[in-house]
Amino acid sequence: MAEIKVGSRLRSAVCATEVMVVAAPDRDVELTCGGVPMIGMDDDPPPGATISSEEAKGTLLGKRYTNDAGEIEVLCTKPGDGSLGLDGELLEPKEAKTLPSSD
Amino acid sequence: MNLMMLLEMAASGFGDRVAIQNGQDTLTYRELFDAAGTAASAIVDLSCERVAVLDVNTLAVPIGLFAASWAGVPFAPLNYRLTDTEIESLLERLTPAFLVSEGSRHEALSGLAQSALGRDEFIDMARNGPVRDPDWAMDPDMIAVLLFTSGTTGAPKAAVLRHRHLVSYILGSVEFGSAAEEDASLVSVPPYHVAGVASIASSVYSGRRIVQLANFSAEGWIDIVRAEGITNAMVVPTMLTRIVDALEGMGPVELPSLRAVSYGGGRMPLTVIEKAMKLLPHVAFTNAYGLTETSSTITVLGPDDHRAAATSDDPAVRRRLSSLGRPLPSVEVEIRNEEGRAVTPGAPGEIYVRGEQISGEYLDQGSRVEGGGWFPTRDRGWMDEDGYLFLDGRIDDIIVRGGENISPGEVEDVILEHEAVEDCAVVGIPDEQWGEAVAAVVTLREGCSVEPDEIGTWVRDRLRSSRAPARVEFRVELPYSETGKLLRRKVREELVGPPPGG
Repeated sequence: MAEIKVGSRLRSAVCATEVMVVAAPDRDVELTCGGVPMIGMDDDPPPGATISSEEAKGTLLGKRYTNDAGEIEVLCTKPGDGSLGLDGELLEPKEAKTLPSSD
Repeated sequence: MNLMMLLEMAASGFGDRVAIQNGQDTLTYRELFDAAGTAASAIVDLSCERVAVLDVNTLAVPIGLFAASWAGVPFAPLNYRLTDTEIESLLERLTPAFLVSEGSRHEALSGLAQSALGRDEFIDMARNGPVRDPDWAMDPDMIAVLLFTSGTTGAPKAAVLRHRHLVSYILGSVEFGSAAEEDASLVSVPPYHVAGVASIASSVYSGRRIVQLANFSAEGWIDIVRAEGITNAMVVPTMLTRIVDALEGMGPVELPSLRAVSYGGGRMPLTVIEKAMKLLPHVAFTNAYGLTETSSTITVLGPDDHRAAATSDDPAVRRRLSSLGRPLPSVEVEIRNEEGRAVTPGAPGEIYVRGEQISGEYLDQGSRVEGGGWFPTRDRGWMDEDGYLFLDGRIDDIIVRGGENISPGEVEDVILEHEAVEDCAVVGIPDEQWGEAVAAVVTLREGCSVEPDEIGTWVRDRLRSSRAPARVEFRVELPYSETGKLLRRKVREELVGPPPGG
């Protein structure tokens, strides 16, 4: 469990997924990918960590993922095989915005 | 956060698509990414702490922007209309700078920078040098862009946009990879304008090909829209005025590829947007309002709003065609009175804005952002019941006549409806009885004439008598900035002389 900082980048310990944190709750949380806690960009994955078959739906480049309460939002900057989760709850892709292009 | 992250995503998501096109010359997203890395190596190796690009829209601009982001130094696009002496004083503030300048300026300026390259030499170097491995810093507080804005007095101010402002703006307003492969965006705003910078970042993130237009002319714009199958374009009001005039003069011209035109950067005359919607009925128009200090757009009047307003019988809805639309979902807007309190819908006051993309900061002058993260725009306006924002103008331009606040734009809109009038500017001039009086400077359509009194009567019949200009003068043309802002200060100075001490 740790506080995650808006703007920080994290990577999956078990697949290629990388994310940037766009919004985060003001408390200690556990952000997971493939069922395993995500790690800093320069950290080594824990030995023996494997992707959970229950949490292997994959991430898509450029998609933003959020939980039901909308308290967290992460942007997928590199896709991978795992699914993202927050404290055991799987994150869902956010609906695409339909804003007119202004520039 | 770093703008480079957006380009990296584009390069890995659709690297073979064309990112930027200038004439026949193109860069794919992958090539733009590699060129940025190569140029970043040069910036780092030469210990340059800023990248200054003095050029029209060429490949040097996007390469320079992303190379600076990669190297972790600010990108400063400079106004090519400035004199060498003016550029020299800006470069002093950017030293030690990595200067890229358009060929003819290169010789005069090359001694003023740590490193100076001609534009073609720079592009060639970036495209052909060794590729760099990704190593950019992700510190969201790094300065991404410095934009010099012309102050009314003294030296130009440099607005500071940090990576977190620009990345937040893009994430809040653009969906990644949302453009279709054939989409193409025509960029004709100059690179030193915030919309020039924002359009590069927006197009890269959406995956839309940018087609650069170096020097705007209405005919050139129409030609390139047809030849390149342009789908999207952003223009300032003076450009749309000239495009509409050109289209009317050419007879029936079809621009079948064009789907969306956004406009902003100044006041759009109602007559021009109405004509544009009639001439190009298949085009979706968007009005975008924003400031340099707000990382471009903060409110939009979208295509549906345009259509609803243009076809409505309800005056309150119809009026929205001249509004700025509603705030982006990621931005809050509040109107405050002189005591600093938020006002109710319909009441005028200063436009305040808050959000992750808002900078409100100037180099060496600190932040103008107030308590709670609210930025005072120095624009005066009001909001209707449904949250549509209307702009009266710069607070400094408001005419105070006998205690009554008069918006120059309101009077200008009415004068522009007169058939003999081509363009006009309304300003306040000193008046013994009222404090200030309304003055109008008007340009007439070819072959038309009108008496000054007729303009006064025209306004009096349509607005309150206090709005009628006490003085009307005729000119051949009005002063505009090259990005389409009417320079009311110049109009006023010409009528009454420079302000004391200014």
